[in-house]
Amino acid sequence: MKRVGPLVFEKDLNAPSARVAAISLLALLLAFSAAALVFLAYGVNPAQAYRTIFIETMLSPSGFAEGVRRAIPLLLIGVGLVLAFRVQFWNIGAEGQLLLGAVAAAGVALFVPLGAPFKLLLMFAAGFVAGGLWAALPVLLKLLLGVNDVLTTLMLNYVAVYLVGWLIHGPWRGKSALGFAYSDKFPAAATLPLIPGTYVHWPTLLLALLAALGVWVVLARSGWGYLLRVVGDNPEAASYARLPVFATVLSVGLAAGGLAGFAGVGEVAGVHGRLLDAYQISLGYGYTAIIVAWLARGNPLLAVATALFMGLVFASGDVMKISLQMPFRVTDVFNGLILFFLISTERLLYYRVRWRPRRERD
Amino acid sequence: MEAWIWSATLRALAFGTPILLAGLGEIYAERSGVVNLGVEGMMALGALAAFAAAQLSGEPFLGVLAGTAAAAAAALVFALTSITLRANQYVAGLALTMLGIGLAGLLGKPYEGTPLANTLPESWFIVAALLLASILWFFLQHTYWGLLLRSCGENPETADAMGINVYAVRYSAVIFGGVMAGLAGAFLSLAYRPSWADGITSGLGWIAVALAIFSAWHPLKAVAAAFLFGALYHLSYRLQAYVSPEFLKAMPYLFVVVVLSLSALRRGPSGAPEALGTPYVRGERR
Repeated sequence: MKRVGPLVFEKDLNAPSARVAAISLLALLLAFSAAALVFLAYGVNPAQAYRTIFIETMLSPSGFAEGVRRAIPLLLIGVGLVLAFRVQFWNIGAEGQLLLGAVAAAGVALFVPLGAPFKLLLMFAAGFVAGGLWAALPVLLKLLLGVNDVLTTLMLNYVAVYLVGWLIHGPWRGKSALGFAYSDKFPAAATLPLIPGTYVHWPTLLLALLAALGVWVVLARSGWGYLLRVVGDNPEAASYARLPVFATVLSVGLAAGGLAGFAGVGEVAGVHGRLLDAYQISLGYGYTAIIVAWLARGNPLLAVATALFMGLVFASGDVMKISLQMPFRVTDVFNGLILFFLISTERLLYYRVRWRPRRERD
Repeated sequence: MEAWIWSATLRALAFGTPILLAGLGEIYAERSGVVNLGVEGMMALGALAAFAAAQLSGEPFLGVLAGTAAAAAAALVFALTSITLRANQYVAGLALTMLGIGLAGLLGKPYEGTPLANTLPESWFIVAALLLASILWFFLQHTYWGLLLRSCGENPETADAMGINVYAVRYSAVIFGGVMAGLAGAFLSLAYRPSWADGITSGLGWIAVALAIFSAWHPLKAVAAAFLFGALYHLSYRLQAYVSPEFLKAMPYLFVVVVLSLSALRRGPSGAPEALGTPYVRGERR
């Protein structure tokens, strides 16, 4: 028990959800206050910046739709990361897995002659496999050799970026792309329908929501979910109890990479309609999704809300770029600050705060 | 022929220098028990602060000072979250990288595209990095203070029981890591480029983290590893006529994966500090 003025802090390891929500909110508020200082340093009035963001992103229908569009890949990847972080697979490589999904989808779209529904289905299947395999390599290296997964997944992001670059400058460069580096436009059978007037490719959105629900059911109600929790909490005990640690972690890696692959398919088939520069396909969804998963505190259903929130933050980056002439890097500042304050306030989760003014005689 | 070898060695040394500088700092931080994955972010901040200060004052040495100070301040923030508040070190490092790259990209926008008026020669940094590596090796392996640092990374409980202030040691090691990352950033923006551009660090900070691992946390082996890395990188540039440029650009990152895997194949202990990555809580059992 600690006393700070009239407040008493008591240790309480079971954090009720109200406290979790309050502390998450506190972290977000602190992050946005710190971001205001950054705006000042950049020479933008923070009050004006937040008013612009709020009115043009949160309150305008087109701004909100843009946030939803950004939330689709964030949710798919975030759900995968919820799984990955459960088993201590530090997947920082979702960015690359997303790009591989985009590459596989583009390959199917451009070169496989198939009819309307099957083509898209095959694109999603190929994207899942490609993303999953891109994640499987670091998982295998970690499981077999103990190689640090943060570094390998991250290095493979760069490799994926240059792979996309090579494809669009070289073999897959479009015949119609005069002087520009991108592939030909996908045929109609390989593009996703949009909600009219927006870039929201609703089939992927539906898929993402189903993924969140599915992972929640699996984690809470299935034997595999139980296995996941045991392996994540104590891998030594799990392998001592002869639980299939290797297979569990590998399958989690495949699933997490596959979901990121789905996100890549959605971006090229829904938004762009062609394979183009890696930094145009994804502006760091793979990294932002880490916050989606962390803010959701490992709960895939909560990830729906946190993905939407981070999607709106992303969309506000667009607004700031246009209205305030700030570079898009401003979203990285938001991301970094939010993550910093989230983990810094985590210790508060385990304390109960009470109002106990000191009595006169004590 | 001889001229060719000389120039190739020089380029390899130049490319290896930022990795070596930042890698040495990371070795110190990790030897004290703290993994700081924020090297990339600290390096970006250091590079920007160095460039801005050098450009505004016209004095490149002030740039070096500003670069190291900025990166050290970033490291202090990381130390607060990961050591005092005991946040997950991996996630705190990632947050630092995002924040550092974001801040540098945002605040550096006015400086983009202008060449630096007064630059520093690359060779100074190369020589400084080599000298620092040997000093840091001697300090770490052969002095009492080095022993203190290592004991905090191997067994902080025992160190604490011996009267060593584990928190103070870890704080100093992490901040020192920041200084070194800032120096690496200053090298990039004052000597190697010499200019400022968003994305100037291009993953070098991450390679420095990898360097700490595959040099088995040993400052002298880090020298060899950094320059082997620089040589491979330079060699890949020599292949430009035969291979596509994208493949060449992807090479260093593939090297890291391959080298990390190969060094994991070594038999025996990896040399990783025992308590690496675990926050120390006084009076709590691990």
